[in-house]
Formats: sequence, structure tokens, C-alpha cells
Amino acid sequence: MSWLTNFVLPKIRAVVTKKEVPENLWQKCPNCGQMLFRRDLEANLNVCANCGNHLRMDAEQRMALLFDEGRSTAIELPKAIADPLKFRDLKRYSDRLKEAQARVGGRDAMVVAHGTIGGLPAVLACFDFAFMGGSMGIAVGEALLAAARLAVLQEAALVVVPASGGARMQEGILSLMQMPRTTLAVEMVKEAGLPYIVLLTDPTTGGVSASFAMLGDITLAEPGAVIGFAGARVIEETIREKLPEGFQRAEYLLEHGMVDAVVPRKELKETLARIIRLLMSPAPATGLVLAAAGKGRAAAGGKTAP
Amino acid sequence: MRHFLEFEKPLAELEGKIEELRHLADGGDLNIADEVSRLETKVDRLLRQTYAKLSPWQKVQLARHPDRPHGGDYIAGLITEFTPLAGDRGFAEDRAIVGGLGRFRGRAVVVLAHEKGADTEARVRHNFGMAKPEGYRKAIRLMHLAARFGLPVVSFVDTAGAYPGIEAEERGQAEAIARAIEACLQLDVPLIATVIGEGGSGGAIAMAAGNSVLMLENAIYSVISPEGCASILWRSSGNAQDAAEALKLTAQDLLKLGVIDRIIAEPLGGAHRDKDAAVTATGDAIEAALKPLLALDGPALRKQRREKFLAMGTKGL
Repeated sequence: MSWLTNFVLPKIRAVVTKKEVPENLWQKCPNCGQMLFRRDLEANLNVCANCGNHLRMDAEQRMALLFDEGRSTAIELPKAIADPLKFRDLKRYSDRLKEAQARVGGRDAMVVAHGTIGGLPAVLACFDFAFMGGSMGIAVGEALLAAARLAVLQEAALVVVPASGGARMQEGILSLMQMPRTTLAVEMVKEAGLPYIVLLTDPTTGGVSASFAMLGDITLAEPGAVIGFAGARVIEETIREKLPEGFQRAEYLLEHGMVDAVVPRKELKETLARIIRLLMSPAPATGLVLAAAGKGRAAAGGKTAP
Repeated sequence: MRHFLEFEKPLAELEGKIEELRHLADGGDLNIADEVSRLETKVDRLLRQTYAKLSPWQKVQLARHPDRPHGGDYIAGLITEFTPLAGDRGFAEDRAIVGGLGRFRGRAVVVLAHEKGADTEARVRHNFGMAKPEGYRKAIRLMHLAARFGLPVVSFVDTAGAYPGIEAEERGQAEAIARAIEACLQLDVPLIATVIGEGGSGGAIAMAAGNSVLMLENAIYSVISPEGCASILWRSSGNAQDAAEALKLTAQDLLKLGVIDRIIAEPLGGAHRDKDAAVTATGDAIEAALKPLLALDGPALRKQRREKFLAMGTKGL
């Protein structure tokens, strides 16, 4: 606008705002309290070297971890209507949304990319928990639908990685309607005969867990992840009892038959690749590979099926 | 005993007076006809005034009104030859959702209804209309039955939400709801869902992803209860009224948002003031919604449902 706002103000801001200190050099493990050197932590896939706690990963780290050679192409997602209810609590939702979007370059809580996993085409849809608790509103519903359509188009597996507290309250009933809408996205992939794989990460609760996240052909979970429908606090207030140890953790769900496997992060890429290959490439490979596999089994002391 | 909500109190007083006068008149040969008719006009005017401008919070209270007709009232009033069918075949029978076969205006249908219960004993028996996984799994089982015999499904939604408890989580509450939504969407018979009272979040949509979604005039349908929303976003459940406003959970707002297809008018003063009229009006609306759907085959019904839900959320208020 003027010399004052264009020139002087930024300079003042530059002086006043703190310099980017490398404050992120260390991070405390929220489970055991150990101080972890960030570079080591990242090298260890955000798993605490001391207690094995799986710390959260952002969508970009997830993509780098799961795709072959860490290479993928993110797709542009459809623009969703912003703030359909003109929602306002202590703050305007439109302002909350703008702030959150400004931090991540304008996107919402889901990132979608395609590439290969185990040499086969795959589309990955990842939640970003840092974006308003990974909550699901219209934008997330649209993103998942886009991911499903892309998977169908590319004859690719669809892998979804939820990390979400549930529906985005500020979009009211329209956030609830993302439950049937995302269920339809899953249906598209299944109808096309393609694998739909869910990797439940910390946390997966509410409307997200009660829709597409629980409809996987295969459902994997990360160790220690909180997965459930109702929040622990709501349950405690309803039943006025202490919740059992490990309640709603991935291992608890495994125990109760709700997930196929709990997979440590280190084994995730290999497990996912193997599952996708088994589902999408069922025919035996060349004789040479088969023989080698047979030898491997024999060497491991396994019996060969008749 | 009749219950009166806070904003119904002035009405209750006037109606009390009329009662008293009638009682007096019974004793002697006092001519009170004029006075009664004057008071009745007043009641009528007050009802019209109050109900013409109900706030969202007042609607929340009406939707939860203990005297409001519940699932069982709709079944009793609209379904003949009702044959309840119990159990999920996996774990238990869940009385929070009543289901079965019957005839709706002559045509055989499968009915699913949340039941909140009318008195304390019934409320406990029906777990206040809050279903556990076995309730949703029973609903899925009955939807499959409907599809197998080409019977339309008629559902009545009235729940504060799915039950939040240890055993519900243990048995996969989230998975049960997800599968129920999936079952609704995959049905190749018509599914008409009517929100008769409270449409509480996941517990409601599990039975409401239908070809046609109807809603009573004073019913509510929301992603979270106003109290829950207030305690999270306002950090105080005392702001429930503000949350009720912000959530846009009334039938009138939902129709504008394209989430429901039709509003069913309630008798003056709310469904609880004339249950029979409310039930009959609901039956008429269901019949009207069902008629065009009966002409569609399975794939066309699925397509209609799919397109309807995919189109949601493209317009705001």
C-alpha cells in the first residue's frame, strides 16, 4: 500500500521476530521422556530408540517411507467449498482454516500421491494430523474420492493412512456426510477389483474410524496407535470407570480381532509391498524365482506343500 | 405425567387453568364455556407464536422431549403384522435398535428403528436408544434380508449416538457403524430413512444413508451433540446453545444444505402434543417418498443413492 507498510513494517518485523533458532534439534519422547537428537530420530523413522514408541509422522514423511525409493507424485486436489456453515465458535472457522492452510501451502488435512509400492502402481492418501487434528471435512472427503478415482484410473492399489480425531465439527452435518461419501470412495476401488489397504496410525477415532478406515480389504496398524470410535474421556464420563490398560491401542484391537496385523514401522514398507504383490500379482513368477523361493523355504526348515 | 420444557411453561399454566375451570364446571351448573373458549384461543395463539420462532436450542429440547413419539410408536402406528426379529447372530440382541418384518400400508417391508424407551424401565432395557456393535450388525443382517426378498427398508432414526462404552469398543463399534453405512449404500432395494427425534452422529448415519432422507420439523441431525461441541470448541458445555446455533442442526437448515429431502410438518406444539397426527403425517411422507423408488431396479437405486451422497457438500448456506 504505502512505503510504510511495504518497506518499514517488514523491516521492523524482521528485527522483532525471533530468528529461526534450530530449536528442533532435540525432541522429547512423549512416552519415556528421553531426549532424542532429531537427526537420529528421523533416521530411525521417528521411532524412539529408547522405548520403541512410534512418534507421529507427517504426510510427506509417510510418502517418503512407503513408496518405492521414496519417490511419488502428489496430485492436485479438488477445491472444496470453504466454511459452508459460516461457523463461528470463539473464533471464526474461516480464520482457523486460513491459518492452518497458510502453514502448509493451502491444502487441507489430506495429501494424495501416486507411485509404485513393491513395483506395482499405488495411490497413497495420507492424513496430516497437524492440520486441525487431521479432522475430516468436505475437503478430505473430496480428496479421498479423488484418490479412489485415480486408483481406478491407474488400476492401482489404494492405501490410506488415517491420523485423525474424527469429523470436523465446524462443517457440521456436512462433515458427518463424509462418512457415506468416503465409503462410496472405497466402494469404487473395490468394485474395480483393486486392493484397498488401510494403515491405522495414531490416532484414528470418531467418524474416520467409523467409515472408510474400518473397511479395508487389509487393515494394518502401527504399534501403540490409539484406534477407536468414542474418545477415552467420553467413555470414562459415561461409565464412570477407569479404562483398562492399553485400551484402544493397536495391540488391543489386534487382540479383539479388529485389525489384521500390528506392524512396526521398520517392517511397514516391506509388509505393504508384499501384500500388494500378493493381491495384485498372484500368478507365480518365473521358474527361476520359484525355485529360489523353494530353496529359501527349505533352508529355513519349512516344509514344502504337496 | 406430562413433561413441560422451560419455554412450554406459559402454555402449561394456561392449559392448567382450562383444566381447573372444567373441573369446577363439572361440580355445578356454572357457565364457563365463554371463559374456556377465550383461554383456548389464547393457548392457540401462544402456541403459534412460540412455535413460529423456535431457536435451534429449543428444537434440540423438543427433539429430546420425553413424551415425543419414539420408534415403537411409529412401528405401532404404521406397521401392521409387525414381526420383530432379534439378534446379530454373532454376539447378542441389542434392544436399542428394534427391527423386523411387517407391512407398511399393505406392502411388506423391513423396519429398523432406534428405541429410546418411554419410561425408566424401558429406557434401561433399550439402553436409551444408544446401540452397541451388535445393534448395527443386526441392522446389517436385516438389510441383507430385505435385499434378498426385494423388500424396501424403512428406518426411524432417534439416537443420541452410538453407545460409548468399553464393551462397545472391544467389539468394534467403529467397524460395525462403517459396515452399516456400507450396507445402506449397497442395498438394491429402496431405503427410506426418517429422523424422528435425535439424529446423533455416526449412530444415526449408520441407518440413514438412504435413497430418501426425511426429517420431522422439530427433529435435529448433527455430527456431534451441542453439549459435546461446546465443551470442545468453547471449552464449556454451558455454551451448548451457541453450539446448537452454529452447528446448523435443524431440519430447515439441513434441507437447505441438501442433506435431507423433505421436512415432515409436526402438529402445532410438536409431535408430542398429538402423537397420532405426527405418526400419520410421517407415514404419508414415507409413502410419497417410496412410490417413485419402487419403479427403480437394484442398480438404479444404488446409482440414485450414490449420486445423491456424492452431490452433498457442494453448496453451503
